[in-house]
Amino acid sequence: MRVDNNRFPRLPWIILGLGILFLAIGSYIGLFVAPPEALMGQVQRIMYVHVPTAWNALLAMTFAFVCAVIFLFKSDWKWDARMEAAIEVGVVLAFLLCCQGAIWAKPTWGVWWDWDPRLTTTAVLLFAFLGILALRKFVDDPARRAIWSAVATIIAYVDVPIVYYSVRWWNSLHQLQSSPSTVSRQFWLPLRMNAFGILFLMTAFIMLRARVASMRLEQELVPPPVGESV
Amino acid sequence: MTEPTASDAMRRKTRRFMIAAFAAAIAAFLVIAYGGISKNLVYYWTPTDLHAAGNKAYGATIRLGGMVAPHSVKGRNGVSGLEFDVKDATGIVHVKSSGVPPQMFRENIGVVVEGTMTRSGYFQCNRLMVSHNNEYRAPKAGHAVNKEELQKLMKSTEGLKD
Repeated sequence: MRVDNNRFPRLPWIILGLGILFLAIGSYIGLFVAPPEALMGQVQRIMYVHVPTAWNALLAMTFAFVCAVIFLFKSDWKWDARMEAAIEVGVVLAFLLCCQGAIWAKPTWGVWWDWDPRLTTTAVLLFAFLGILALRKFVDDPARRAIWSAVATIIAYVDVPIVYYSVRWWNSLHQLQSSPSTVSRQFWLPLRMNAFGILFLMTAFIMLRARVASMRLEQELVPPPVGESV
Repeated sequence: MTEPTASDAMRRKTRRFMIAAFAAAIAAFLVIAYGGISKNLVYYWTPTDLHAAGNKAYGATIRLGGMVAPHSVKGRNGVSGLEFDVKDATGIVHVKSSGVPPQMFRENIGVVVEGTMTRSGYFQCNRLMVSHNNEYRAPKAGHAVNKEELQKLMKSTEGLKD
């Protein structure tokens, strides 16, 4: 059985190259061209990776959610492979997000971590999707694995809007979302360059990882040879 | 030959799962968003909340959040312990803290302090956290962040002793 996630074999590599380029230029501007923040000084520069990582982690989870819905709607294995890829990349981004956040928090807040609503809901998100990856490892039957993990993904996705709104719904240590009006103009360019850089990297990794998942699925879905008992 | 991508039976089955998953997800979201969790789960009390809580504020470990009132900071150098007032729009609480505050600590900045309200009328803080708002500003011309300030910021990673 064909599970085709490889219609444009060279595309992910091109996107990967673009991602590295954007991230390199954005980080250079962020580290050497943009001024330090008035109050926080140099530490604020971690924003240029922290905020793009946050946006893209939520975006990867959103794509996983879309894949889950399409898989359940169409029963097309292609989307199971894509979901697996998106969750994996999303989990890596969410983990990086927590690490970057801790590194930023120590010199500004004075603590590495606190059970603030934003941090707690983000940790829940990380572990929920990590759990789905574990679930996928434990289930051998591809159909059950796909259905269960798609259902789990749709339910776990509920946490994404909660992460986003946590800083508005509750008192929190974490600041509210920034907007162009709360961020000096000199900080916009590196922030946006890196946002696209990480978006491209994420896209390329999801495409490549989906290929690997597709190849594995193709093997798993081969019907047993005729005349042989199973 | 193998079957096409999906049989109708399989598709019917997965669609039922989809509906069930959506029902569960929407229910969960509604409970969290409108079920009052945002009122029942409180990360910190404001000075006003703390005053309103009356006797419940004494003895229990609580978090208090607000702004450091201007001209209220005493003992900044850690000789006699740190004291300051935390205020919100309508309330003010006097806070005593031991240990060195994070470098970001200053007047008019947001703080979250963990500790307990004492009968003597001040808040004994065991853990002091500074919160930064969502504004990021380039330094004004002529007030660049200088080297000394930078080194202080680096040192601040040692932060509070727990």
